[in-house]
Amino acid sequence: MPIVLIVAEQQPDGNLRKATLNAIGAGKQLAEKAGAELHIALVGKDPAKVADELKGYGAKAVHVGAAPELEHYLAETYAPALAGLAQELKADYVGMASTAQGKDLMPRLAARLKAAMATDVMGFNGGGADVTFSRPMWAGNVFAEVKLTTPVKVFTLRATEFPAAQGGQGAAEVKAFTPKVEASKTKFVDFKEVKSARPELTEARVVVSGGRGTKGDFKEIEGLADDLGAAVGASRAVCDAGWVPNDLQVGQTGKVVAPQLYIAAGISGAIQHLAGMKSSKTIVAINKDPEAPIFQVADYGIVADLFKVLPELRSELAKLK
Amino acid sequence: MKILVTAKRVEDPESKIKVKPDGSGIVQEGLKYKINPFDEIGVEEGLRLVAKHQGEVVVVSIGGKEVQEQLRHALAMGAHRAVWVNHTGPLDQLAIAGLLQKVAEKEKPDLVILGKQSIDDDQNQVGQYLAEFLGWGQATFASKVESLESEQEKNKVPAIVVGADGKTVRVIREVDNGLATLECQLPAVVTTDLRLNQPRYASLPGIMKAKSKPIEELTPAKLGVDVTPSIQVLKMSAPPARKAGIKVPDVPALVEKLHNEAKVV
Repeated sequence: MPIVLIVAEQQPDGNLRKATLNAIGAGKQLAEKAGAELHIALVGKDPAKVADELKGYGAKAVHVGAAPELEHYLAETYAPALAGLAQELKADYVGMASTAQGKDLMPRLAARLKAAMATDVMGFNGGGADVTFSRPMWAGNVFAEVKLTTPVKVFTLRATEFPAAQGGQGAAEVKAFTPKVEASKTKFVDFKEVKSARPELTEARVVVSGGRGTKGDFKEIEGLADDLGAAVGASRAVCDAGWVPNDLQVGQTGKVVAPQLYIAAGISGAIQHLAGMKSSKTIVAINKDPEAPIFQVADYGIVADLFKVLPELRSELAKLK
Repeated sequence: MKILVTAKRVEDPESKIKVKPDGSGIVQEGLKYKINPFDEIGVEEGLRLVAKHQGEVVVVSIGGKEVQEQLRHALAMGAHRAVWVNHTGPLDQLAIAGLLQKVAEKEKPDLVILGKQSIDDDQNQVGQYLAEFLGWGQATFASKVESLESEQEKNKVPAIVVGADGKTVRVIREVDNGLATLECQLPAVVTTDLRLNQPRYASLPGIMKAKSKPIEELTPAKLGVDVTPSIQVLKMSAPPARKAGIKVPDVPALVEKLHNEAKVV
């Protein structure tokens, strides 16, 4: 039976990266279409706790490789460790969420396996040995259906396009394996986390984003976000201007989000920004310019000054409670 | 030091991309082309490193004879010479990395700098494949601690710093939730993120000088690389259009819609 192997991701703090559950959800869809078995892989210095957590998501087995050399994530050490497992299992498909780590690691892993790869997969079509992948090109202006013809097929998954796998589905077998450890020409130096009390941008139910129209004043954006328990996002222009940190950027070159509600305040809606938020369920645009392209994708638009609209919106929302 | 940089020819990021009705590709008429923006950042970073450490920047592009335009642009920015891998037809990332591997083995650079992704196929793969094929270290998504126009930018630590012994490179990478710093032994592969630098404009003397700089022509056959694609694009389509929205007159009307119609608040 063919095998779909989904690679789980541990955050620097040791916890499971939530997008992994969406990747497992995607892995299940693929396994059904391809008539395959779903397996999960996890490597690290101390992956036992996360491996235990992953047992209940309906995979056939969770493969855990522990080694002290894998303390910090590096593509050069993780790729051989995971490639070794993929070869041992004879995995036909190897996938991971399209996080920064997934995008760094999977092509290197694919190169080891002499496999072609599809990035940011949004869905699967066809069946059996002829499964094809749907993926965006040209900043999401084109959807392409692609077929990988190498024996092993590697991909990253756009987490927002797949429902998170649900737990409580029995207990998969946890199998320890000895990861192949190779010397790395690259050393981990440090990781500086940008800490926030707000939810992670790609995982938030509501996102409030500000653009050039804020003129750098994010007070009302942040206030509304906190009222709604939302994450704060930004357009490229405001990140480039140094008004907010880079990791808040939503767009082709930043993060792709698909929350239930996306509020864009003072954002014109350049192609590159739309690529990062167009799949949101409901989009609200607040902009002074009635011709702003953002209104073409917004479900609800208000043509007005955001500094007038946002405080009023906060007080109206408060009335609902 | 010797730095090899890539210059892929792509559609201008400002152009409107439309899919052909039969789904076989995109409409080419009226499109402008330029060097992939992430590659342009790579050329700029290469020039800055060479300005500091001496050496040369060699720019490489793969494609038909039209890619000479992008090579000339990089040469006009200040790159020293160019390598053109002459090939027409589809290429996948395995083939591109295979061709670049041969060019790197021939040129023996200390550093290869590529864009993190090209804005046409948005794959974000070639740098990583190349690093693995060469057996070199990789540092993807190289970025700056501070963004470009801020006050801090003027005093910031450069994102790519060559070690005092000239044998390592320290790279700050933009990752989810923060910044990671890696140290790679040279030679290594680095891919650029958006905020690494602000590429310079090509000056008129630069453009004049670029005309006499050499472009070496190679082919996949000369490099001994099989470029049969293992990725087939079966069909392209326009993304599903969103249902037309409405403009609401005021905030109470908006909240009413969000609460009762969309049921999101």
